[in-house]
Amino acid sequence: MTGSHPVLTMTGISKSFPGVRALDNVDFRLFPGEVHALMGENGAGKSTLIKVLTGVYGTDRGIVTLDGEQVSFAGPMQATAAGVSTVYQEVNLCTNLSVAENIFIGREPRRLGAVRWGEMRRRARALLARLDLDIDVNAQLGSYSLAVQQMVAIARAIDIQARVLVLDEPTSSLDAGEVAQLFRVMRQLRDDGIAILFVTHFLDQVYGIADRITVLRNGQLVGEYATSELPQLSLVEKMIGKELRVLERLDEQPRRDPADGAAGTPLLDVRELGRRSAVAPFSLTIHEGEVVGLAGLLGSGRTEVARLLFGADRADHGSVRVNGSPTSLRTPVAAIGHGIGFCSENRRAEGIVTELSVRENIILALQAARGWLRPLPRRRQDELVERYVRALSIRPADPEIPVGNLSGGNQQKVLLARWLITEPRLLILDEPTRGIDIGAKTEIQRLVAELSDGGMAVLFVSAELEEVLRLSHKIAVMRDREMVAQLTNDQDVDADRIMQSIAAGAGHEGVPS
Amino acid sequence: MTTLSLMATRTWSRLPRRHVPVLATLLLLLVLYGVGVSQYRAFSNIQVIFNVFIDNGFLLVVAVGMTFVILTGGIDLSVGSVVAMTAMVSAFLLREGLPAALVLVIALLIGPTLGFLMGCVIHFFDIQPFIVTLAGMFFARGMCTFISGSSIPISDGFWTRMSQQRIGNPSGNFVSISVIIAFAVVAVAAYTLAYTRLGRNVYAIGGNPQSGLLMGLPVGRTRIAVYTISGLCAAIGGILLSFYTLSGAPLIAVGMELDVIAAVVIGGTVLTGGSGYVFGTVLGVLVLGVIQTLITFDGSLNSWWTKIVIGGLLFAFILLQRLIGIRYK
Amino acid sequence: MSNRTAGDRALTRHRLFWPVVVLVVLLAANTAYRPSFLSVQMRDGHLYGSLIDILRLSAPLILVALGMTLVIATGGIDLSVGSLCAISGAIACLYISRQPDQNSLGGVLTALALGLGVALVLGAWNGVLVAVIGIQPIIATLILMVAGRGLAQLITEGQILTINSDPYKAIGVGHLLTLPLAIFVALAAALLIAAVTRRTALGLIIESVGGNAQASRLAGIRSARITFLVYVISAACAAVAGFMITANVSSADGNAAGLWVELDAILAVVIGGTSLAGGRFSLSGTILGALLIQTLTTTVYAMNISPQTSLLFKAVVVIAVCLIQAPGFRARFARRRAPASAPAPVTEQPKEQVPA
Repeated sequence: MTGSHPVLTMTGISKSFPGVRALDNVDFRLFPGEVHALMGENGAGKSTLIKVLTGVYGTDRGIVTLDGEQVSFAGPMQATAAGVSTVYQEVNLCTNLSVAENIFIGREPRRLGAVRWGEMRRRARALLARLDLDIDVNAQLGSYSLAVQQMVAIARAIDIQARVLVLDEPTSSLDAGEVAQLFRVMRQLRDDGIAILFVTHFLDQVYGIADRITVLRNGQLVGEYATSELPQLSLVEKMIGKELRVLERLDEQPRRDPADGAAGTPLLDVRELGRRSAVAPFSLTIHEGEVVGLAGLLGSGRTEVARLLFGADRADHGSVRVNGSPTSLRTPVAAIGHGIGFCSENRRAEGIVTELSVRENIILALQAARGWLRPLPRRRQDELVERYVRALSIRPADPEIPVGNLSGGNQQKVLLARWLITEPRLLILDEPTRGIDIGAKTEIQRLVAELSDGGMAVLFVSAELEEVLRLSHKIAVMRDREMVAQLTNDQDVDADRIMQSIAAGAGHEGVPS
Repeated sequence: MTTLSLMATRTWSRLPRRHVPVLATLLLLLVLYGVGVSQYRAFSNIQVIFNVFIDNGFLLVVAVGMTFVILTGGIDLSVGSVVAMTAMVSAFLLREGLPAALVLVIALLIGPTLGFLMGCVIHFFDIQPFIVTLAGMFFARGMCTFISGSSIPISDGFWTRMSQQRIGNPSGNFVSISVIIAFAVVAVAAYTLAYTRLGRNVYAIGGNPQSGLLMGLPVGRTRIAVYTISGLCAAIGGILLSFYTLSGAPLIAVGMELDVIAAVVIGGTVLTGGSGYVFGTVLGVLVLGVIQTLITFDGSLNSWWTKIVIGGLLFAFILLQRLIGIRYK
Repeated sequence: MSNRTAGDRALTRHRLFWPVVVLVVLLAANTAYRPSFLSVQMRDGHLYGSLIDILRLSAPLILVALGMTLVIATGGIDLSVGSLCAISGAIACLYISRQPDQNSLGGVLTALALGLGVALVLGAWNGVLVAVIGIQPIIATLILMVAGRGLAQLITEGQILTINSDPYKAIGVGHLLTLPLAIFVALAAALLIAAVTRRTALGLIIESVGGNAQASRLAGIRSARITFLVYVISAACAAVAGFMITANVSSADGNAAGLWVELDAILAVVIGGTSLAGGRFSLSGTILGALLIQTLTTTVYAMNISPQTSLLFKAVVVIAVCLIQAPGFRARFARRRAPASAPAPVTEQPKEQVPA
């Protein structure tokens, strides 16, 4: 599997930012023909290490060698030229250009300085054929889905005759089929002798494809392991560095009793709600104190359902009843008026206002509901904010610092606080635990359980089936933008059962229609 | 199978929507011309079209430079002042008795130098193009009056020759040398945008500058280059204007940047960057020119109607861009 | 890093530190050039002096810039304010010129109401384009910037419309309690806008919309209404400034009234520390910026430099102030000056954005 000489070594790398030691004496090596997973919690130093490798950052100390020769890249361009290519989590291509151009821009085939368009298209077609991707290379990239764009990014990376391919969370926006396709490509590239550095948050993917694993924690190297010799549990232990106590305790919690849910008039009762080209008409009821889990693969329509129920997108089909009386949820304002709150999956773009303070972010929804003419008195603001900063243990606990300075988990808690002070009857949480560290994750899971015990209804959207199973009274399963099943979360239901629903596309207990 | 599902996610039709604005401009131009021909007999004379080019050659050159800047998502407010400054400097140096060739070289260097400096400030210090080119506009306009508070006539032989030279056919229709120069600039610009790395980088940066950086494109160099190009085009425009008026005046071309931006937008270039063509800009300039000609032909309409009509057209085209959903950001 | 240097840094890094320094330097230069610059005299019960003049002349700019601040805070920009000044001034003057008695207070008030009303309608037009149709602000207001000049000329029929109305003239050059009336108008507008934004939640909501429009919508803020509102406020401010500008010279010139005021206003806002990207805004910073620009213009006049050449100085000040405020420039500068304390330039960046 591994050759005798690593293609890439990084030795004693240190990198500091003001107030933060991002990397402290970290070693890393990469052999030709291996897939090497770089693992770590948020803030472990993964992205800093990658940026040092690709020349985005300089190092304070340490040596990088490529093929035994010491290198120091002044930027991604130099790194690429030396054979180190990177594909980032967010597709970093230009959607206004054609597919072919996106693959070749910056190194277009030219004759006498003129771009040879024909040659470029021909080579783009050949390259995409290697990835089994049959798309029109003349079309604008923006007309294709994110997954296709990701593949185009990889096509670009491998065309550069890369010897080292860095894949920085490339799977976070792909569904299972697309991940499988990506892995096929990765294996093929590995067999061609390319060294692949793979960053992901999905443990299953690591065990599905990685040959070796390097774990970072708090900017320090924990160790390098062969995947086969590192059980999942020890990997997680090494990543979070605290004997899994939190996780286990949560695991000990009994599954929610489904009988606690569904009784009386539903709080929210939607019939055949749908929106063309977003989600097919579905029906769903949510009762007071009930947690409804929304499971499904990425792109299955989970987020679309959540957005329709909040009025973030407008439904063009179906009817809505809140507490038995007919109404419509055409705008967020209307939904909020019915006591619904919504935390978007896209925290930074649709959640927080980074330059405003924690306090201002927390009171935003309540203030918006009151209207700008009735400002929330400052003393009341401080009371509310202090209470929730303490209750959710938001850190740092200074409510006047810009929320942009907080970590992802704490930003998520600020968003939760924003809705909790509006005392909603239904809280829609779209992937509230994505991309945050395990500590904050379990806190948020526990909070959801508590809120539901206190009578609040919660619609919980998550990509992680275990999480959905642990928290929900009822689970709605999405597939291909359709709600294919609703399962009462009793003893018969487990992850496999949900997977079956997703795969089969038919409800085992029937879809009310 | 996977391939099939990926294919299905394609959401847009194959007809490139980004061509719609240019086609609409072309249609508008034909309609305007048709109106002119049906209303005024003299309008059908081919010389009317030639005159539009003669009167707007300098505008066209400046608009071509602006197209580069707007394609990267920037804006250059300094062009009108740079045009005036170039004409002013030329007139002043000629009056001082410098040889025409040397004056040309100096005049053609000032614009790009200012553009280069503005590009550097925009790129290295990360200040909005709007503000930086506004300062450039103040600077260039201030330089004009610094050189002279009043208009300086040009009597140089080369200038007068360039001004009066007519290139035409036996039937009496002609264009000026300025028009030839303007078309040369258009051709070079169109080639640059379509077939050189610089041109493709301009589109890429207009589409997504962060991506451009991560793809290893020379974002800074490109950005500085477009402001330099715009400065060069403004300088050429200034020379053409001085051919046209045979003078340098401190207050000429005030507010020209607005006409230029209007022409580029009416020509279908999206102000957020990343989409547009030099050909569209040519059409945009023609639309403005034909409107002016129509208003002149009418006689009863006053000059301010030009502004109102341009404003109306801007509105119509911006609405069109919005309706067909050209938005990349 | 010792406390003392930290304190010094906090001071020099305050967003208004450099604008204040430039203003003080300008005033000092004027005083050095002409020692009587700082003196204020009482004549006919009115105060006179260069400082009073600067205050009086900066009033229209302050008005326009205050409206502009709110627009910019929402992440927008309003290029049409100069044209709006010309239109509202032209309408008021046209109405007064048609009156049999140009000095009738009722006639002048009607004229003001008409001018303001039309400006509000045009502001609403801008607001609809931006907030309802969703056109980029710079483009949406460019339409009225171009067409508005034509409209103003249409109203005055291309002439300079001269009127002879004492009540109207008072808006520009009248006095109240020994001070020019214009100062009070600008002050009143500033206090009104400050009260409306900071005593209510409007300021927070504007900053939220400017900081993150999507997030604000999902938090239940009716962003469109707020965006619409700021363009109307901006138009109203421009209208009052337009009255002042035309009253100053008792005539309306569709071509020249309020020319470039939009650029000066944007400058004032930027100098005042409000980011063109939207978000946090500072009204006091804007007023300081407007005063700085007017002081510069006055200085150039006082030194007998041609008014057009004053643009050269304006260019220098714009670049100087923007460079000093630009994090990128500071980082480079600080690195060169103090290579040992490398961390400083990077930390300051996020904090720069947030006014104290």
